[in-house]
Amino acid sequence: MRLEECPHPVPLIGAALDPMKTETNPRHLQRKACLLRRHIIRMVGVGKTGHIGGSCSCADIVAALYFSVMNIDPAQPDDPARDRFILSKGHAALVLYAALAERGFFPIGELDRVKQAGAMLQGHPDRLRTPGVEANTGSLGQGLSLANGMALAAKLDASNHRVYVILGDGEINEGQVWEAAMFGAFHGLDNLTATLDRNGLQAMGPTKTRLDTGPLRDKWLAFGWHVVEIDGHDMAQILDAFAQAKAHHGSPTLILANTVKGKGLSFAENNPGFHNGMMTQEQYDLAGRELDAALAALDDPT
Amino acid sequence: MTEAVPNRVIYGRTLVELGQGNPRIVVLDADVPKSTNTSQFREAFPDRFFNCGVAEQNMICIAAGFAASGKIAFASTFAVFASMRACEQVRTSVAYPRLNVKIVATNAGLDNAGDGVTHQGIEDLAIMRSIPNLTVLSPSDPVTTRKAVLAIAQREGPAYMRLGRNPSPVLYEENVEFEIGKMIPLRNGDDLAIIATGNMVHQALIAADSLAGQGIQARVLDCHTIKPVDKAAILDAARTTRGIITAEDHNVVGGLGGAVCEVLSELCPARVKRVGLKDCFATSARDYRELLAHFQMDAAAIQAAAYELCGSKSAHIPSRSSARRSTP
Repeated sequence: MRLEECPHPVPLIGAALDPMKTETNPRHLQRKACLLRRHIIRMVGVGKTGHIGGSCSCADIVAALYFSVMNIDPAQPDDPARDRFILSKGHAALVLYAALAERGFFPIGELDRVKQAGAMLQGHPDRLRTPGVEANTGSLGQGLSLANGMALAAKLDASNHRVYVILGDGEINEGQVWEAAMFGAFHGLDNLTATLDRNGLQAMGPTKTRLDTGPLRDKWLAFGWHVVEIDGHDMAQILDAFAQAKAHHGSPTLILANTVKGKGLSFAENNPGFHNGMMTQEQYDLAGRELDAALAALDDPT
Repeated sequence: MTEAVPNRVIYGRTLVELGQGNPRIVVLDADVPKSTNTSQFREAFPDRFFNCGVAEQNMICIAAGFAASGKIAFASTFAVFASMRACEQVRTSVAYPRLNVKIVATNAGLDNAGDGVTHQGIEDLAIMRSIPNLTVLSPSDPVTTRKAVLAIAQREGPAYMRLGRNPSPVLYEENVEFEIGKMIPLRNGDDLAIIATGNMVHQALIAADSLAGQGIQARVLDCHTIKPVDKAAILDAARTTRGIITAEDHNVVGGLGGAVCEVLSELCPARVKRVGLKDCFATSARDYRELLAHFQMDAAAIQAAAYELCGSKSAHIPSRSSARRSTP
């Protein structure tokens, strides 16, 4: 269905927030995350598949990064001193596109053309087409290695910028992630912070019954990483974890974020069917109502 | 005059030359720096050299991360690992975003005779040639190897280059003109054309000398760029000679022979004989030349192909003793 026909049109901008300004108020950031989820369901629409589950599970973390944590300027997307973000689980591209649009890297109207032939917004992130996208991810397992290169380059140039990565918990089945983990720790890349979006589900079902990668905390510690475990939907904990990562020296930080796949949409939460799922009209309407209610609950004119 | 040395040694030397003039150059290796000769750069610029360990996939993506941060990243390992172990990383993280990564792979073809099949890169040209955005080079001698390394460093975007292991004879004067995508004519002749790449250029020259003694004038073209391939030189060879021989230290499937046949079949059908490894795995051998002879990839094999093209088949085929045909 065309977006114009959507029964619950999404407000085109987060009215309470200036897109150029970074936020420190957790409630405002939670609201931003709700808006990102609103864009996600709008981009997927009715009767078409889209990576709803994994986009919604990391929406709070992405909101924190783009509206509070990272030093970025949409007017200067190529500034060498900018912080870098790599969505290693590239299938969650919708949440990245929503954040980039809300942050002002391109007009929000571009979201309407996602996945269209020749569009700026491809099925998976493409750094040559989309302002603000740093890496062509989607083939799982490569993002942390790319981040190693960027973090080493920052060290080589004595630049203080930081590199952020979001990994999926299904993604870390890939052996290259562990090559990259060894490398990052060996080189003491304390300007590198990876967040593991531990939603517990991969494409076909629970991670534990596919290839159980646990115990995750012990593994990352054993690989030489500084580990901070949080509730990945608690904005205060998210902000605190990024602050701890920034303050930590000598090794990279892994934020082990316990999340819910499909967070914010009752029918999609913890439902592997919504890894790359399709919403009925009823589900689409319900999602709109639920997110509107969440937004209203977070409304805070202060 | 450059001395006869392995092209990989020239690669290492040229990296140092590049590093002196350009702080953006960084070099990565998957723990074979002595073999690839990136060790020369490591000694000169330890801060800009990164041994990534035996982890080629990680290395290629780290190189991409460097390139995305404004560096010119050279990444080296053996051809078989660069093109196959890290193939998808090259495709998705390097070629797709057109990043400034230069993958220079050694031990191309059967050149690493002793180590056998696991270390012989016989598919890399075919694989790399099929990836969009990638420039693919295969220089023949020390002079053109240096020029090729300088050329890919200067040219923005991703490149793959393969080099041999053994010393390569010098085929060119220092002032030879080298341009990516343009074959270098080494010998004139209008009876047939031998389009050769890498180590096989030397074999082609030996074959052409022998053929000349028998009244067959063979043109020899050094196809140092497999992609973009020099269509004009291929078409000219097809139009002005009786046939074309391709010669490569690579599987005959999909490499130089494949590239030449693609051009000809669409634009100017012509007779072609492909000299190379005949779609089989090779073996170990104590000596590279022994392997080339055994798998009919040497000057004698090129000569035999020439006789076939010239229609004077058996009479002139040089005697290849049964001993040389047996398993080395």
